[in-house]
Amino acid sequence: MKIQSIEDGGRRPPLPEKNNEIDYNELLEPAHFDFGLNRRSFAKILGTGLLLVISAPALAQQRHGGGGFLGRGARNIAARLHIGTDGVITLMVGKVEAGQGSRAEFTQAAAEELRVPASQVVLAAVDTSLVPDDGMTAGSGSTPRTVPPIRQAAAAVRELLVNFAAKQWGVGRDGITVKEGRAIEVAGKRSLSYAEFAKSEEADFAQAIPGDVTLTAVKEWKVMGTSLIRPNARRVVTGEHQYPSDISRPGMVYGKVLRSPSYGAKLTAVNVAAAKAMKGVTVAQSEGFVGVTAPTSFAAESALEAIAKTAKWETAPQTSSKELFDYLKRHAEGGVPLNPFADELAKAAKVVRASYEVAYAQHSPLEPRAAVAEWTGNDALTVWTGTQNPFGVRTELARAFHLAEEQVRVVVPDFGAAFGGKHTGEVAVEAARLAQAAGKPVSLRWTREEEFTWAYFRPAAAIEIEATLDAKGNVTSWHFVNINSGNSALETPYEIAKHRSQYVPSQPPLRHGSYRGLAATANNFARECFMDELAAAAGADPLEFRLAHLENSRLRAVLETAAEKFKWKERIKLAGPAIGLSCGVEKGGYVAACVEIELDSKNRIRVKHVCQAFECGAIVNPDNLMKQVQGAIIMGLGPALREEVRFENGENQTVSFRSYPVPRYEDVPELDVHLINRTDLPSAGAGETPIICIAPAIANAVFRATGKRVRTMPVRVA
Amino acid sequence: MDATITFTVNGKSRTVTTDPQRPLLDVLREDLHLTGTKYGCGEGQCRACTVLMNGESIASCITTIGDVDKQAILTIEGLAKGDTLHPVQRAFMEEGAFQCGYCTAGMIMGTVALLKETPNPTDADIVARMNRHICRCCSYPKYRAAIHRAAEQTRKEAA
Repeated sequence: MKIQSIEDGGRRPPLPEKNNEIDYNELLEPAHFDFGLNRRSFAKILGTGLLLVISAPALAQQRHGGGGFLGRGARNIAARLHIGTDGVITLMVGKVEAGQGSRAEFTQAAAEELRVPASQVVLAAVDTSLVPDDGMTAGSGSTPRTVPPIRQAAAAVRELLVNFAAKQWGVGRDGITVKEGRAIEVAGKRSLSYAEFAKSEEADFAQAIPGDVTLTAVKEWKVMGTSLIRPNARRVVTGEHQYPSDISRPGMVYGKVLRSPSYGAKLTAVNVAAAKAMKGVTVAQSEGFVGVTAPTSFAAESALEAIAKTAKWETAPQTSSKELFDYLKRHAEGGVPLNPFADELAKAAKVVRASYEVAYAQHSPLEPRAAVAEWTGNDALTVWTGTQNPFGVRTELARAFHLAEEQVRVVVPDFGAAFGGKHTGEVAVEAARLAQAAGKPVSLRWTREEEFTWAYFRPAAAIEIEATLDAKGNVTSWHFVNINSGNSALETPYEIAKHRSQYVPSQPPLRHGSYRGLAATANNFARECFMDELAAAAGADPLEFRLAHLENSRLRAVLETAAEKFKWKERIKLAGPAIGLSCGVEKGGYVAACVEIELDSKNRIRVKHVCQAFECGAIVNPDNLMKQVQGAIIMGLGPALREEVRFENGENQTVSFRSYPVPRYEDVPELDVHLINRTDLPSAGAGETPIICIAPAIANAVFRATGKRVRTMPVRVA
Repeated sequence: MDATITFTVNGKSRTVTTDPQRPLLDVLREDLHLTGTKYGCGEGQCRACTVLMNGESIASCITTIGDVDKQAILTIEGLAKGDTLHPVQRAFMEEGAFQCGYCTAGMIMGTVALLKETPNPTDADIVARMNRHICRCCSYPKYRAAIHRAAEQTRKEAA
């Protein structure tokens, strides 16, 4: 695994460990805060005898306290499920809901194995003091990595109920079935509920979750495989659900943080006197950090403006987006690797090479980063925030304030979207710093401009590909180099005798991190555009050319399905059809798309029709899966056609939905989505992979419409 | 200078004494604790903050509280009648239209205004009126279906 290895004096959290089950890495770049105790507060803590808690060895241990990307899971049944004596079953999961729909799936998973209606399962709030550390909500991991352990725990409880009933009635386990939340004697009339079991002295849930418990076969599913809507849907449509930015605490005030006018600028002088004199305003100042709180957001904004006027900044030269790709190539670690297949280059009938460029993109979730922080004394901190990494944010907070992890509680209400953009806890740390200064709970919500500028970006990519064809039009060698953006979907799924695909880190000028599908959006774009170029060089139809190089039956199936439903074979024969296709595989999801585009009088691309096939094993929630696939396609239209972060002299020029136009109703094409339900295969996640085909399919359609290859994303016809 | 502003919110008369330049959105959320209306951009570009003023859809983030004096505001919290959801709320819920749901309140309020003017909207009408509402999860196809469902339910209830 290659990942940036920026050393930061040991303060950077451990990077996700390579796990054999997953070929995955999350680019993570938390902001580094250290609001360590000043002498005075240190003495205070010393006075309360808490020094031991923050002593160096304890701190070192706590720094690695989080379970990392995969988490640790539930230590026993009780940590996963609470069986109430009133019949209410509470499910505890450390994965968060940001619109991907996994919380409905968790409910289904528990209900299925317990044999209870979904309405009997209550999903506890994500609260680090309550739920198990199930790792980050990332990498399409909730379905393949969190649903199975939930099912195991629930099935274990079901078996305990059967054992209990068997003992009570003096019958064999075979004579008992569980239905509608009750153990029922097959041959008799006796039955026992979970509530009755929970009341008994034999109910012991403090035992480990057995790994060998039998899970319900897909063909027997009654709750899984159905389209259960989100447990809190009603609270969403009534406005009652409190997102992190809606949380209100007694005495709470509102915060604002001073931002530099450009990337890399350092604050050299500031005068906070005028702000301090304002009614109800508190100023928090640490090295490199200035923030204010006030009784209203508006008053906080005024106070911050007064401070900003006095701020002096020292700027440093910064790379601009115009020179970005040259810069990334120049700074490729160890240089851009050479094609190792010189022999193939020498004997090839044709050598094809191309360079692709993928711009920085911003997730711009509709709810910007938000947190409410509340201290109890100096040593207990609670933060409500929207993050994909609740236990990681707890670690960030503990580290920033020199606390033990147990002193920090992070609560994550269902929040307003993330798309890989909320892995870090900067807003939580800032809110906590402001709350420390104010001596009151503080609500801090980033502005849209802050979110566009100071959240991390989807990495930009410079991709170089070189391949050889023999006289029959077969691809004989393949060399693929991704500079800067990562290794998701890096390997080609095509059968090529000699192939090497490499990811080379660079020195990114902007703070970058995960995005829906990570680098798969860039890698699949370049690869699938290039496959079209190779098909053209071989004089072959793009569909036939791909199939000729594909053995993977699942990938072939989605490609053939999409092509058939789109009537590719018929349409490609027509004169000048503006159609294109692409396919790809990532994180256990298989996807293929065919698109039709048109160009308006100003040569702007409009996508008229998208026909996409997607397969990710057994479908857990068909309606939710459809939303994920449709949403990913439409979201993908943004970076495919328009979304691009532009910056010059360290200033972000795309800080608004005006300059960074995301997809809207008018962009929605005719959508034709085909979900293939492979009930014979384990369920994979679907939050990311459905996004990776739209951009290359569009670029390939542009070629058929104009005869020109566009090798940049966004795809534009000049 | 603070000003005293009296207006109705969800049928109830409210009086606030505050800086008249503050956005209506902030006053709803911070002073009246009606947090169903969301901040998305602060410049009227995403319409997460949509409320109705005298029945018209407005962006509460670019409407100052001073402009709301003596006006009638309806927010997402004022839509349901007791336990009975408004037909638009019901349609959005039944259709499972949203993903993260952060834009939903604005989307629902925009739909209420749309259906008042155009009780039987075509897809083109929906694009024309709803295009200013951003959904970053891009649940637009489901939202469109929910809007049609809401129109149908509203017609049925009126009949």
